[in-house]
Amino acid sequence: MPASGCFAIEYREAMDLNGLGALVIKSVSPKPRVGNPTPRVAEVRGGMLNSIGIPSKGLDHYRREILPAYTQYDAPVVVSVSADTVDEFASACEALSLPEVSAIEANISCPNLEADGMAFAMSPQTTCKVVSAIRRRTRHSLWVKLTPNAGDVASVAKAAEDAGADAIVMGNTVLGMAIDVRTREPKLGNVMGGLSGPAIKPLALRLVYQCYRAVRVPIIGCGGIQSAEDVVEFMLAGASAVQVGTASFRDPAVMQKIIEDLGGYCGQMGVGQLRELTGQMKLDRQLADSWLHIAQQSG
Amino acid sequence: MSDACIERHGASVSSWRCRIVEHRRVNERYRYLRVEADAPLLQMTRPGQFYQLKCPVTVDHEPFLLRPMSVYGIGPENGAIEFLYNVVGIGTQSLSTLQAGETMDIVGPLGNAFTFNDDFRRVLLVARGVGFATMAPLVQRAVSCGIGLSVVMSARSPEHLLKESFLRGADASVHCVYDSDGTSAPEAVETWVRRLMDNERPQAVYTCGSHRLLMLLQRILGDYPGVVGEVALEQRMACGMGVCLSCVRMFDCEGGRQFLRVCRDGPVFPIRDVVDEVVFV
Repeated sequence: MPASGCFAIEYREAMDLNGLGALVIKSVSPKPRVGNPTPRVAEVRGGMLNSIGIPSKGLDHYRREILPAYTQYDAPVVVSVSADTVDEFASACEALSLPEVSAIEANISCPNLEADGMAFAMSPQTTCKVVSAIRRRTRHSLWVKLTPNAGDVASVAKAAEDAGADAIVMGNTVLGMAIDVRTREPKLGNVMGGLSGPAIKPLALRLVYQCYRAVRVPIIGCGGIQSAEDVVEFMLAGASAVQVGTASFRDPAVMQKIIEDLGGYCGQMGVGQLRELTGQMKLDRQLADSWLHIAQQSG
Repeated sequence: MSDACIERHGASVSSWRCRIVEHRRVNERYRYLRVEADAPLLQMTRPGQFYQLKCPVTVDHEPFLLRPMSVYGIGPENGAIEFLYNVVGIGTQSLSTLQAGETMDIVGPLGNAFTFNDDFRRVLLVARGVGFATMAPLVQRAVSCGIGLSVVMSARSPEHLLKESFLRGADASVHCVYDSDGTSAPEAVETWVRRLMDNERPQAVYTCGSHRLLMLLQRILGDYPGVVGEVALEQRMACGMGVCLSCVRMFDCEGGRQFLRVCRDGPVFPIRDVVDEVVFV
């Protein structure tokens, strides 16, 4: 499935959206936002930085003008929500718990205005608070999108699960920046922005693995995925599904190709169903002991 | 964000594997690139549209995003597309290393084309720098329709002005202005353009490559309400399809000001809709 910030209806011109696992729409915020100043993207080695700023015209406009285009396909529709406060988050998720919406993705990686702009998902406490508040207001399947910028994501994931999350999306972009050394200006209008692309894949994979060890609910892996092999890697680390974001900017039909290639991988490797891969990284639990044993024999 | 005021883009977008047919230096700044795909790009591509080029990773450069590049020429072979570009950053530097016979993937065609009425009697093209490459397909279109061409070309100096590369043999009334002798100053250009508007009476004005010329034309067109005016804008892009919202600019549109995506709602916009400067508060 697509990662929300990197997906919009225009991709129907490049591939058959019916073939996707889900359609995750770009985050909507209840308060209108114009977005951040340009330049909003900057290329870096192995990826890109963005500070788009979630432009939004509010929930009514979203329901009327944006959502209907996505509900015409076979794939379930997931609404991604971003908000500034706990109450705004809860009421926005309630308002969007519509019959045509299959799941709500709470993008709690965004800044929390009640905590000096620190993202909700930076701590287990604020995560618990916002997810509990949303849970009380919706019976829809609730996915919680965490940030890789948190120090201890396993605890944050556990807090989200305990507060009622039905799935963890791990994760979002990594906060970064870049400076033009000739003009000495920041390469993003907003100075700092989110790093995405293959540059963050090993980091995202590690976070998925840590979350997988911490929670029982399904994990949706996200971060730098651009091929079927990347998907398999995330599933082996513990993901039950994955989101593809930045890769679509380099090839608008990449998700369709990944899905086709996954079929090829399963055929070659004798994998009956993809779900068999989740968490199946092979670990030698005696490795550390054996290594210590051997090491003790050395000088 | 609403869709474009006028929809002139294609219904589908694909990635095409192209063979490099010809790739050469035009002058110290510009390169000419001709590619061919096993697809009817000739029928699909219209003047003003662009492709996203997957520039190669080389020992020295690792471009990550695709590079938007406007189409300089279309055909005559069914799958042939031409680009003319300025080597400025890591994308175009790595692109310039491609040799004839190698392959490159391109995504497109993307964006809205110039609106062009085959019944026009005469059009005016105002180009600066590499902006002429974007408008070159209009020259060919005008020639094939028997439409008269008035041209103003602006460049740093005579050696930077690629008149022949722009006209490609077309018959036109051409006026060249340069920074080096001061003839490209806005007051001087304004005098020339107004004279052309009055004497040659173009029914449409197209421009690309200079914000200063764009704003000058916007002012002049205020006095010629019946004349069509369009500009092809450039902006840093990521997706090129209207998804990422990174290439927005502010426009006067549908009775109010709004941000539009240069890649999707443009890159061709009415000259009259462009807002001069956007200040974020």
